[in-house]
Amino acid sequence: MAHPPVLALRGITKRFGGVQALVDVDLQVRAGEVVALAGDNGAGKSTLVKVISGVSPADRGVIEWEGRLVQIKRPHDAHALGIATVYQDLAMCDNLDVVGNLFLGREIDRVGVLDEVEMERRARDLMRTLSIRIPDVRVPVAALSAGQRQAVAISRSLMGAPKVLLLDEPTAALGVEQTSHLLDLIEEVRDRGMAIILISHNMGDIKAVADRVAVLRLGRNNGLFDVSTVTQEQIISSVTGAADNAVAHRSKGDEEAWP
Amino acid sequence: MSRGGPHRDAGPGSAGPVTTGGGQRTRGWQDSLREYALDVRGSVRDGERGPLLVIAGLIVIWIVFQGLDDKFLSPRNLSNLSVDIVGTGLVAVGIVFVLLIREIDLSVGSVSGLAGAAFAVLNVNHGVPEWLAVIVAVAVGTAVGAFHGVFHAWLGVPAFVVTLAGLLIWNGLTLYLLGASGTINIDEEGLVASLTSHHFGNELAAYAVAALGTGGYFLAARRRRSRHRATGMPYRPGGEIWLRTGLLAVVAFAGAHTLNRFQGLPLALLIFLVVLVVSDYVLRRTRYGRRVYALGGGVEAARRAGIGVERVRIAMFMVSGTLAAVGGLFVASGLTSASPTTARAAGSGMLLINAIAAAVIGGTSLFGGRGSPWSVLLGVVVIQSIASGMGLLGVQDAVQFMITGGVLLAAVAADALSRRAQARRGRP
Repeated sequence: MAHPPVLALRGITKRFGGVQALVDVDLQVRAGEVVALAGDNGAGKSTLVKVISGVSPADRGVIEWEGRLVQIKRPHDAHALGIATVYQDLAMCDNLDVVGNLFLGREIDRVGVLDEVEMERRARDLMRTLSIRIPDVRVPVAALSAGQRQAVAISRSLMGAPKVLLLDEPTAALGVEQTSHLLDLIEEVRDRGMAIILISHNMGDIKAVADRVAVLRLGRNNGLFDVSTVTQEQIISSVTGAADNAVAHRSKGDEEAWP
Repeated sequence: MSRGGPHRDAGPGSAGPVTTGGGQRTRGWQDSLREYALDVRGSVRDGERGPLLVIAGLIVIWIVFQGLDDKFLSPRNLSNLSVDIVGTGLVAVGIVFVLLIREIDLSVGSVSGLAGAAFAVLNVNHGVPEWLAVIVAVAVGTAVGAFHGVFHAWLGVPAFVVTLAGLLIWNGLTLYLLGASGTINIDEEGLVASLTSHHFGNELAAYAVAALGTGGYFLAARRRRSRHRATGMPYRPGGEIWLRTGLLAVVAFAGAHTLNRFQGLPLALLIFLVVLVVSDYVLRRTRYGRRVYALGGGVEAARRAGIGVERVRIAMFMVSGTLAAVGGLFVASGLTSASPTTARAAGSGMLLINAIAAAVIGGTSLFGGRGSPWSVLLGVVVIQSIASGMGLLGVQDAVQFMITGGVLLAAVAADALSRRAQARRGRP
């Protein structure tokens, strides 16, 4: 914990019409650290992702980047700072091959003519250094398994050399073995000094790869735990609201716990 | 999404083939040829409508028509065929651009009629110089395409409705333009007439084009291969390049020989081939072309990658309008006239249906992101062969309509089926 946080959010509030999606949410992440963001459906995880990635900026609150106050109003602002997001739907072009997807929007070219050989070489290098095993970088991504697609999407997000990586439910569609490979990949990326925010439902994944876990409940912070000392049950009860944590905001006294 | 298919279980860690090392596909050329043959067989069996199936179909069509009328494969008929494909072919290339972004342009037939009429009215009735009238006619096509594109991309009106409205509007405008004068005959010695009437009498011309095409293909493939080898990446076996070049050479020189036995290389065919080469290069080798394919593969992905989706959409309709207008000039050139009768025919959708059928038969998908301009060459030869054969046999229009419509339906059904087969195997 020697480093200052790369990204720190304080008092983030977001409202959609009459719905308070986020209320005074705090979140920090340091370089070389995986922070898991847990919470039930509708807890505000996706809204927070959209705030950080600039898709849907916060109404109120402060965002600090490497200790400096910044504004994230558009996706472009987040990119420029060095925040990369891998959405749950991956946003890939199924008809393009792996190389085409990796370089989409940032193709290597000479006066507009694609340098396919150079792009393919770099794609292979990237796959090799991240130990991603795919049959061929020239197959259309539609031919890849869910795990391979996820891995390609993550490696694409690394192309711009970001400092913070946001992963939205990366293991949701994966089988057991694919999940374990993906977790290896997340650790690999973390060990390169990247700060990772991992949105997940899966306590196993969180315990396996995260350093800290921040719990959201009904749009508010509902606990921040050190993964090495907390039990799965404690996280789950914080997610469901069955337990009140010392740092949890008490919102309303009559708030009922979901079964 | 990958539902099933051979790659389903090949997770990141399973022991599937991994192509990270270089040079593992360098074996004797007999081996590589055998591997290539297996590859081809596999891709045909897997429901990938390779061009091979279409070529097989074309050969059947030619044999049948030759059996019914032995003039069908005469140099004269084949040479005429090579000119007749150009008008429809150019329109179809424009359709390919629009199909690639998963849209459709139903107005191309009307736009081509409008361009022909605009040229004739300007040149013949108003004495505008031919070159200027040609430029204006083509620019009209571009502007009409931009008009469709803006309605579609900015106002969000579905493209098929915009262009369906366009079909009627531009056909109406064509009839209005021709209304006062009726049929306009264009100068038979002029620039536009020579688009389809000019042939390069010198035999060397046709052979030179054949040699240039074959040699260019070979050198490009070799260059690619040696660059891959230099960077230690897998590359196509040399035998495959020789085989492909050999097949191309056989087709190109046989074609050149046939054309030379009639009047030589037609100018129209040369222009068509140049358009194909240029548009294929732009689509497959440039950054801009990559954006077009990306849009067909996933609008959201393209948008997140920073691609200006609206601008690409408008541009594609402009390309389609422009090529429809150019195709229209070739149609007018073939008829050496623009008339209300042909305008009504253009509005009836025959050209439109032929153009869409040509693109889809050649392998361009209606579902976006898959296909290439070259697909048009094969498709339009099939379409025009059927039309030409029926013409030789004196089949009446009513029957021709039904057959052409049936061919389109069959091509689109094959496209949909292959898409389903590929989705099952987890391919786009």
